[in-house]
Amino acid sequence: MTGNTQTDTAITIRNLVVDYGPRRILNDINLDIPSGQIMVIMGQSGAGKSTLLRCILGLKKPTSGSIHMLGTDIATASQKEIYKARKQIGVAFQGGALFSSMTVGENIELPLREHTNLDEKTIQIMSRIKLDMVNMLDAEHLMVAELSGGMAKRAALARAIIMDPKLLFFDEPSAGLDPSTAAELDQLIITLKISLGMTIVVVTHELDSIFKIADHIAVMKDGNIVETGTPQQISASTNPEIQGLLNRKPRETIVDTDAHLRRLTGGF
Amino acid sequence: MECNVKSEFGYDLLELSGEVDLQFSPQLREKILGSLKTGNPLLIDLAKVSYIDSSGIASLVEGFQTAKTSKLQYGLLNISNTAMQVLTLTRLDKIFDLYSSIDQFKQKLQ
Repeated sequence: MTGNTQTDTAITIRNLVVDYGPRRILNDINLDIPSGQIMVIMGQSGAGKSTLLRCILGLKKPTSGSIHMLGTDIATASQKEIYKARKQIGVAFQGGALFSSMTVGENIELPLREHTNLDEKTIQIMSRIKLDMVNMLDAEHLMVAELSGGMAKRAALARAIIMDPKLLFFDEPSAGLDPSTAAELDQLIITLKISLGMTIVVVTHELDSIFKIADHIAVMKDGNIVETGTPQQISASTNPEIQGLLNRKPRETIVDTDAHLRRLTGGF
Repeated sequence: MECNVKSEFGYDLLELSGEVDLQFSPQLREKILGSLKTGNPLLIDLAKVSYIDSSGIASLVEGFQTAKTSKLQYGLLNISNTAMQVLTLTRLDKIFDLYSSIDQFKQKLQ
């Protein structure tokens, strides 16, 4: 659980393509995710962020390309190899994905009970250490239904880090949270990186969060990575696509009205 | 992970080295609890520990609670900066007795 200052690459993605039938969802994605840092994958809804995340986690087989992570090419790995790699990663899903029939503590202990033979006392103390990290020690015995949105996110984070993963994935950490709770969660993500040396990949479109937590940003649009860089580099980008995202500009004004009408009506 | 307990004059010294992770923390737990059963104070030297995960930290915490219940001195020696960050994050730096030398621990025993 001690930190590291490595600057090598934790995940290398090359020429990744995903097609759903005739539709191309990811188009020749190339991305290096550095170890021990926070990479934010940003973009509007439908940009391909979630599909990329699903591919990295081995939940979606890409059409072609490679994803090297923890010594395995996830794109071509067997289910057994993916299962082995997954033990070294933590995932906090957008909705929390906590089991509602269990208490918070039971949810957090679950991966340890499933994947280790640790003593009961060790499991309990580990769970409480992680609950304390996310400032939820007093919520150990609460049922999931009793949690606020922010608490559910923090509980999901505690479960994601229970096995001390090398890699942590966080899908839309701030979505649906009030600004104060979102800011607390952002700070927690930064603390985990610094104290535990984790490589953290955050998928989000929340601009406030992005510029607080990111060491690196990959901007996606229409299934492509249109730019990568530090927050400063992305802010200073002259790419109109990036500026449009950062300034939340509305979609382009229609110039060719005839063409637009044809698209809407099918040209009858 | 290497884990050796040496009986010194009036206390046990547990020297740890290498990586303390999910695979080896049960062995650490066994050594700590086994040593405390002898009724001796215990000092754990972490100088040669290159990595300790939360299962290792949990074993140290359980040992501390056991020592406290048995009214035995229990200390951690030579905590690395990175391990210290983890203890600080979990506020365990305020709970454990941390020492930078064996002499410091011996003075506490007197």
